[in-house]
Amino acid sequence: MDYAIQQILNALSFGAEYALIALGLAIVFSIMGLVNFAHGEVIAFGGYSMVIVGTLLTRNPFLLMGAVLLACVLVSVLLERVAFRTVRKADLTTGLLTAFGVSIILQNLFLLLGSPRPIPATQFIFLDRTITLGAVQVSSLQIYETLATAVAIGFLLFFLRRTTLGLAMRAAALDFEMVRLCGLRANRVIATAFAVSGLLAGLACIFIMARRGSVLPHMGFDPVLTAFVACVIGGFGSLPGAVLGGFLLGAVEVAVLVLLPQSYGGLAQAVVFALVALILVWRPDGILSPAREKGDKV
Amino acid sequence: MLEIQDLKVTHGPIEAVHGIALTVAEGACVTLLGPNGAGKTSTLSAITGTARSTGLIRLAGTDISRLPVEARAKRGIAISPEGRRIFSNLTVRENLVMGAAGRRDKSAIGSDIRGWFEQFPILGERRDQPAGTLSGGEQQMLAIARALMSRPRILLLDEPSLGLAPQITARIFDIIGDLKRQGITILLVEQNATAAIELSDYVYVLNNGLISSEGPAERYGDGSALMDQITGVHG
Repeated sequence: MDYAIQQILNALSFGAEYALIALGLAIVFSIMGLVNFAHGEVIAFGGYSMVIVGTLLTRNPFLLMGAVLLACVLVSVLLERVAFRTVRKADLTTGLLTAFGVSIILQNLFLLLGSPRPIPATQFIFLDRTITLGAVQVSSLQIYETLATAVAIGFLLFFLRRTTLGLAMRAAALDFEMVRLCGLRANRVIATAFAVSGLLAGLACIFIMARRGSVLPHMGFDPVLTAFVACVIGGFGSLPGAVLGGFLLGAVEVAVLVLLPQSYGGLAQAVVFALVALILVWRPDGILSPAREKGDKV
Repeated sequence: MLEIQDLKVTHGPIEAVHGIALTVAEGACVTLLGPNGAGKTSTLSAITGTARSTGLIRLAGTDISRLPVEARAKRGIAISPEGRRIFSNLTVRENLVMGAAGRRDKSAIGSDIRGWFEQFPILGERRDQPAGTLSGGEQQMLAIARALMSRPRILLLDEPSLGLAPQITARIFDIIGDLKRQGITILLVEQNATAAIELSDYVYVLNNGLISSEGPAERYGDGSALMDQITGVHG
């Protein structure tokens, strides 16, 4: 029983991390059709800001968390202003290549200005303790991660349903020009999307740092790749799809690790991706892909 | 209210409108008639700023031809576009909130929405449904109400009767007539000459990107001659 609870918590916390990052990708994609592969570098930037602020200004972990969130929001908005705004009207591939370019440039900047070796930043490690709930021993970080993700999704839902900018972001996913015709500035809507995406990256960064305790230039790339897969499973551009895909991927990963015999452990990733491929055979556009416009004129 | 001179509209390498002039007086309903491909929608797109154009577009005395789309909307241009383009993933109410997104006086928005629900009770009944579930006629009402949520100086209507059953079309034209009586300035684009002329003060006929005839609505009688010209059907 306690083994099952532990594994469920494992699956939830894996899924929560994927869902957070996948949501960040999906928000930007739904509005401007950009697969932002530089999202991982936003996360890494959060890690480096933590090192800098942690060394120079404060060691208070809660202030540091605020600094990480702020840094991720700022860099995300800045990237849009500097790199993505110029290619906004270009086609999908141009945007994708720009994102890869930004990603490579940032990774190399981290390498040059930081270090190719991990730099320790351990202020968030305290989140990760083993706590005993009744007969079950669980990691506190996993509980925090699951709860924080649930709260973040709640806030996001509130934002998207109750504020004009949130409504505009949902509307823009369908018809951006019509949103502009309603009098909302395109730059403002897109900058908001990047800010929200950056905030989610910052939250993911806090949990990644709590687990790793150090930063590396390419630390964000793998999580974003996994989150990308989560987006694909859920249906690219769909926000509920990103969440569902994230948690589904977490569950499948843990299930495979639990059910696969120890000696086949190396095959875990292969089995996960085989299952993902099967899902895509069943639903080629992902499980919750946005409904296509019916295409007639009226 | 709206004054256009020497307007040329291009879509990439193609010039769709080759230099037209038109005027819409305050409180008037002006109709732009013409067959498919004459440049009617292109003209409206030039006014809203979604198509590239040269020439003068003056709204209430100021040239807006260099302003971006959203700035023009804020200055008082609202459109119920071709195909309606309601936000089908948002609820009816949320669509109306979006219509008012460029407005400063946020406090009056709620009462304006209630006003529209009184005027169109069917929208009120379905306020929390996704707008995509509405029928064609209801979507057209929503598109008009969304446009008017911005309290515009001029309302552009692009083929509001397109694809609707005759009864529903009649209802939509009734609504446009009501709006006119409320003093709203309207530039209407239509293929349904008969119904449009009945409502209008002044008519422009567009053919191959040029104005081929214009005059007070009375001059066109019941519009049947124009209808023949537009549809190519001679009865």
